[in-house]
Amino acid sequence: MTAFITSICAAAIVYAVSILYAAIGEIFSQRAGIMNLGIEGIMLMGAVSGFLTVYNTNNLVLAFLAVILVGAVLGLVFAFLTVTLGADQTVCGMAFLIFGSGLSGFIGKNVTGIASAVKFEKINIPFLSDIPVVGDIFFKQDLLVYLMYLIVPLSIFYIYRTRPGMILRALGENPAALDAAGINVFALRYAYVIFGCAMTAISGACISLSYTNFWNEGMTGGKGWIAFSLVAFSGWNPAGAALGALLFGAISIIGINMQIYLPGIPSQFYSMLPYIATVVALIISTGSFRRKHTEEPAALCQKYDREAR
Amino acid sequence: MSIGTIQIEKKHTVPLKNKILNPIVFVLIGLVFSSVLIIAVGFNPIAVYSKMLSYSFLNLRGINGSIKAGLPLMLCGLSVSIAFKMNLNNIGAEGQYAMGAILGGAFALFGPELPMPLRIMVMFLLCAIGGGLWAVIAAALKAFWNVNETIVTLMQNYIALLFLDYLCYGPWMAKKQTTAISEAIPKEMYLPNIGNSGISTGILVALGIAILLYIFLKYTTAGYQIEVIRNSRRSAEYAGINVKKYILIVLTISGAIAGLAGFVQITGIVHRVQAQLPGGSGYTGIVIAYLSRFNPIAVIIVSILLGGLENSCAAVQLMGVPSQIATMLQGSIMISVIAGEFFNHYKVSFNRNTVISQNKTEGVAQ
Amino acid sequence: MEKTILLEMKGITKRFGKTLANDNVNLRLYKGEIHALLGENGAGKSTLMNILLGIYKPNSGEIFYKGKKVSIKSPKDAAELGIGMVHQHFELIPTLSVAENIFLSMGRGDFILNRAKMEETIRRFSDKFGLAVDPGAKVWQLSVGEQQRVEIMKLLCRDCEIMILDEPSAVLTPQESREMFKTLRKMADDGKTVIFISHKMNEVMEHSDRITVLKGGRVEDEMPAGDATVERLTKAVVGSRTLSKTVRKTTKENAHVLLEVEHLHVRNDKGLDALKDVSFSLRSGEIFAIAGVAGNGQRELAEALAGLRKVASGKIMMNRRDITKMNAKQRISMGISFIPEDRLKMGLIPGMNMKQNAILKKFTEPEFSRFGFLRSKPIKAVTERFIETHDIKNGGMDLPVSMMSGGNQQKLLVAREIHCEPALVIAAYPVRGLDIGAAEAINNILMEQRNRGACVLLISEELDEIFEMSDRVAVLCDGKLMGIRNTSETDYEEIGRLMSGEPA
Repeated sequence: MTAFITSICAAAIVYAVSILYAAIGEIFSQRAGIMNLGIEGIMLMGAVSGFLTVYNTNNLVLAFLAVILVGAVLGLVFAFLTVTLGADQTVCGMAFLIFGSGLSGFIGKNVTGIASAVKFEKINIPFLSDIPVVGDIFFKQDLLVYLMYLIVPLSIFYIYRTRPGMILRALGENPAALDAAGINVFALRYAYVIFGCAMTAISGACISLSYTNFWNEGMTGGKGWIAFSLVAFSGWNPAGAALGALLFGAISIIGINMQIYLPGIPSQFYSMLPYIATVVALIISTGSFRRKHTEEPAALCQKYDREAR
Repeated sequence: MSIGTIQIEKKHTVPLKNKILNPIVFVLIGLVFSSVLIIAVGFNPIAVYSKMLSYSFLNLRGINGSIKAGLPLMLCGLSVSIAFKMNLNNIGAEGQYAMGAILGGAFALFGPELPMPLRIMVMFLLCAIGGGLWAVIAAALKAFWNVNETIVTLMQNYIALLFLDYLCYGPWMAKKQTTAISEAIPKEMYLPNIGNSGISTGILVALGIAILLYIFLKYTTAGYQIEVIRNSRRSAEYAGINVKKYILIVLTISGAIAGLAGFVQITGIVHRVQAQLPGGSGYTGIVIAYLSRFNPIAVIIVSILLGGLENSCAAVQLMGVPSQIATMLQGSIMISVIAGEFFNHYKVSFNRNTVISQNKTEGVAQ
Repeated sequence: MEKTILLEMKGITKRFGKTLANDNVNLRLYKGEIHALLGENGAGKSTLMNILLGIYKPNSGEIFYKGKKVSIKSPKDAAELGIGMVHQHFELIPTLSVAENIFLSMGRGDFILNRAKMEETIRRFSDKFGLAVDPGAKVWQLSVGEQQRVEIMKLLCRDCEIMILDEPSAVLTPQESREMFKTLRKMADDGKTVIFISHKMNEVMEHSDRITVLKGGRVEDEMPAGDATVERLTKAVVGSRTLSKTVRKTTKENAHVLLEVEHLHVRNDKGLDALKDVSFSLRSGEIFAIAGVAGNGQRELAEALAGLRKVASGKIMMNRRDITKMNAKQRISMGISFIPEDRLKMGLIPGMNMKQNAILKKFTEPEFSRFGFLRSKPIKAVTERFIETHDIKNGGMDLPVSMMSGGNQQKLLVAREIHCEPALVIAAYPVRGLDIGAAEAINNILMEQRNRGACVLLISEELDEIFEMSDRVAVLCDGKLMGIRNTSETDYEEIGRLMSGEPA
């Protein structure tokens, strides 16, 4: 029984990390005031770029860098459209969704379904992985997971305890005030959008370089959207996002496993669970029946127009 | 505001010729940009584009095919357009299409054998109701609790498609079939084609809805109220407009129209219910809606163009070009047009004066 | 004490398109003085200060700091010279604390937030200048007066030497105002130069050392405060033009009670009580003014009466009928019209044209629609009628309203609201931000409505306007109705006292 629970928890962590990169990236982006609905498309681009690099070079480091580069470039374009040109963020997000999905399928056509020789393998951390239960769950994972163990606390520290983090919190609330104080609002937004997209691309790489070592068209299967809803669900807080991601991971894994124990219920209904959970989570966290002051950045999705001051 | 010697001023009005020319120019720019990507994958963009163009648009069979492929796209495009006209981000056309197909399909396959033409009219209604009811969920959440409809409709897509998948692999799967496809619907419910053209009469549904929507939006008080709401919810409430009611009505109509895409696809084209019936039309509908600037008449034209685009993938696949080229082109065209929108709102002029100054273009500064 | 010249602006001229906002303006600022910049809306005060702040660059003219010529090309340059401003609309981040907001404005700082150090600095200035602020409080929890103190604190922590305040008393009660001016005096005594922009003559005479009056972009007069008199200042601000009122107040007979408000409790957007136990009645044929510093419940009152805000408890009766539960649309049909303070965000739709705005409230009337379709001819006709009757200058009926000037936009709005001879006109700050001509026209319209027999509920901050226009005046302070008086039987002092919270 313990082995069963342990394996579920370990698998949940893997699932959670794959959406957490994107979720945390998007938290930074939205706290800066820019909402990127194209997460799914950017994730696919990250997945395909990482895979293609590994397929052609067998070099994971290079692949990781390629993924970050691709994400950053996409982020740059998105930032240009939304920050400088002031285009509607929803429409832009949709465009990137479609473009990312199409382009990834386009360039990945020739390597579809082929296994790559290298992927991120699980590494047991000495000593820590010997701890019963805890060691099996947390310390027998791959590098991308371990990296996330650092990223979560670092992002929390950054946002709440440093000066640049404080500026970030202000950026999504009242960019005009920052502009008046002489802070370059536009450059900051660019930076956070680029960061967000790079992180999102890494999420994609988690799927093609770690979870599996394949590429398939549309292989992210909607995870980008679950990452997106995590942002609101978590109150734009990386800690909340981590917990939420684990929760969704658990639901998803349990769903897959339940098919063995309750074969009467068709698999499609288990697959539906994360999406239903997301809708419920969204209603609970952002529904207007809530009386608390929402954490939603006040200037989210509004372009900043200096002349309108 | 000025950057160096470039001055940027906000425009108040946009002349009509700009509104039409601007997207066309930027579509072309998008195509140019995509050719770079095509070269990167090792193909000759000119050869690819000309092949696509000639296959879909330069011969009668191709044009027929474009219109045929464009038919469900028209309805999805109309569905998304009317929602976006009121700033409602209905990303759920795909799921509403599926739900319409499920409800109508269930009636066609298993429902009572009513006399024609009643039978097909009931199916028409059920498809619309299926899509509309699915949309109403998101509409109610938005109207009463202000839950973001973008995410809800999107999640609903996956739920609906999974349900359709279950039905077609499970209880509805046709005997003697191994793919997720149902039995054929009764022959009497097949929508006939127009003459010998190969174009389904379903196109009359699309054209009819387009014309109705156009008139509705431009000349009725309801259309006026929708425009007011789009401009400013506060002003709408100030004017006594019941915004909640309109959110419900508009999203439901949007869903119903998407459901009708299921109707024309099942009765006019494939004559069965399939797991991949929508096949991405709902998302293409968003591209169409945006490129058409949400104008119902433009939607028809753009749908045919994009239908042709999707068809032409078959031609270039023989050349070895991946079929995803269609989606990729759609995406890059859309990004290009979005960038081009900027020039419709702002006038960029070059100033020989090198003095950097800030200009307020309206009103008296204090 | 010999005062040295700290900063001098010479011959400053600034154009915006065809408008001359500042015309050859000279300004001399001494160290350790309080300098008042007086003038009406549109006189050029804000433009001049924005030049000093590096937001605008003058077309011609020079600025000298401590005798040396300087060029202020950006807010950064201004900050380096020690120039800072507290705007009318505060630039604070509501979700951050006071300390964090001040941190933010200080340009450079440590990477890791050191709350203790910041609080220590804040406390030091707080004690020195008498500015009570709680460093740990979140800004959204503070009152307007407290927020203003945070804004001032921001300037102090940046070691500003020249501090500009834009209409600082506009959002304060008379009591808070007095405290604020005391702080300004302490800062001046400490060697800082304080400039405050105002349009209130008594304030300027009482609290400043020197006064510069701007009119139409030019320096009309400049004097030490000791030499200022109401006559001299009035002449400089307004000139010798007399304000003509073409429509005179007529005394009304047969007035009946139109609206009764009983024990009204209304909450604001944050869920706090905006109106507490408010009761009053309105009569036909009068102008009833609500005085009080903005933010004391006026907006909530206007919205509650117009049907745009739910009432927590209490009753509203119109012509003896309970209308408390009626929505906006029903109240419109009952003859209640509303001129909102937010002209462009609520009353009009800037992106739509004049015709579409003209029918904003009446589009379901048989006059304008049939079987659900709009009737374009009657719509065009009524718009033309508005334009003609009220002399609304416009570039064309089919062009977006955003292209019209503020005054003409307001004329269109008001024309629409009085079109169907409403019984009650709720007018919130109707002439705010308008030039003299447009303001006069609007006030005439309101007076005409009163004479016709309607009731005008006038919400205003300007006591001049209130005393000139209204028959009765009530004061709202902190959501409570402090007292109702006949305008002919009261004066500025009594109203001022009521506004600061002293019971009737």
